[in-house]
Amino acid sequence: MVLLLIALAVAVFLSPFASPHPDGLERVAEDYGFLDKGEGSALVGSPIPDYLFPGIENEGLATSVAGLIGTLLAFGIMYGLARLIAAGKRAQL
Amino acid sequence: MHIPDGFLDPKTWVAASILSAGTLSYNVRKTGESLGERQVPVMGVMAAFIFAAQMINFPIAGGTSGHLLGAALATVLLGPWCASITITTVLVIQCLFFQDGGVTALGANVLNMAIIGPLVAMGIYTAVTRLIGDKKGVTAGAFIAAWASVVAAAAFAALELAFSGTVPFKVVFPAMIGWHVLIGFGEGLITAVVVSFVRSIGFGVDWQQKSMESGAGS
Repeated sequence: MVLLLIALAVAVFLSPFASPHPDGLERVAEDYGFLDKGEGSALVGSPIPDYLFPGIENEGLATSVAGLIGTLLAFGIMYGLARLIAAGKRAQL
Repeated sequence: MHIPDGFLDPKTWVAASILSAGTLSYNVRKTGESLGERQVPVMGVMAAFIFAAQMINFPIAGGTSGHLLGAALATVLLGPWCASITITTVLVIQCLFFQDGGVTALGANVLNMAIIGPLVAMGIYTAVTRLIGDKKGVTAGAFIAAWASVVAAAAFAALELAFSGTVPFKVVFPAMIGWHVLIGFGEGLITAVVVSFVRSIGFGVDWQQKSMESGAGS
């Protein structure tokens, strides 16, 4: 469980300080002029686009809140899914 | 390297989705075979950690950043099948809740980061730890596996972009590989440090022992 706390700490306290630069793929898309193909083409809306919790003025805080929610979601959903997989195995035996 | 909607054409994302769905159903079965009750929270923590770590972009060079992918990290700690499921879960959450990676590109992103990544990581980690048997082998294996998994995932992303006619292969392939060779060093460093740390507190699953017994190692 130490690791879950570390994960939460990383998501909350480090995420506002992440590099704002484009990642490898975004950089390549920028350099070779196909970044615009992805602009505005998202097919479904997301509750927390771009890791910024909506309605919070302070960008650092919005990122921290998004990180906290996402990390808890990842833990919860994976935990539930893993239980299902483990239960499915028992059912087959 | 989450591909957004709009970068891939339908034939490419449909093909990638079918390939990913088929592989994932196999991986779920393999995970189910070895998954014990005690590993359930371990997978949850791994997913949480990878999600958090993927938010932290680190600067590499020339105004470009990278972030941890986690394929090798999860593979070293949980085994490749479990790692694949864990990273897929993270990718689905990022796609649906945070608009990171397109819905149409989800199959391709899963293929690159949750299937190719762990497979390459498994191959290299197994090879290195056989060559160097002690703790040094684990650290070196984690570093090289992490580096290679990022470069391999980037190569597949480049292939998909070229196959879609978005950008010519001879342009996108060297560009993607070039940046991810650098990003891979960050991935290697983080993976090696985290693996050494969590192994020292006894976190993870001894998947290699199991896979060797059943003859499925290498």
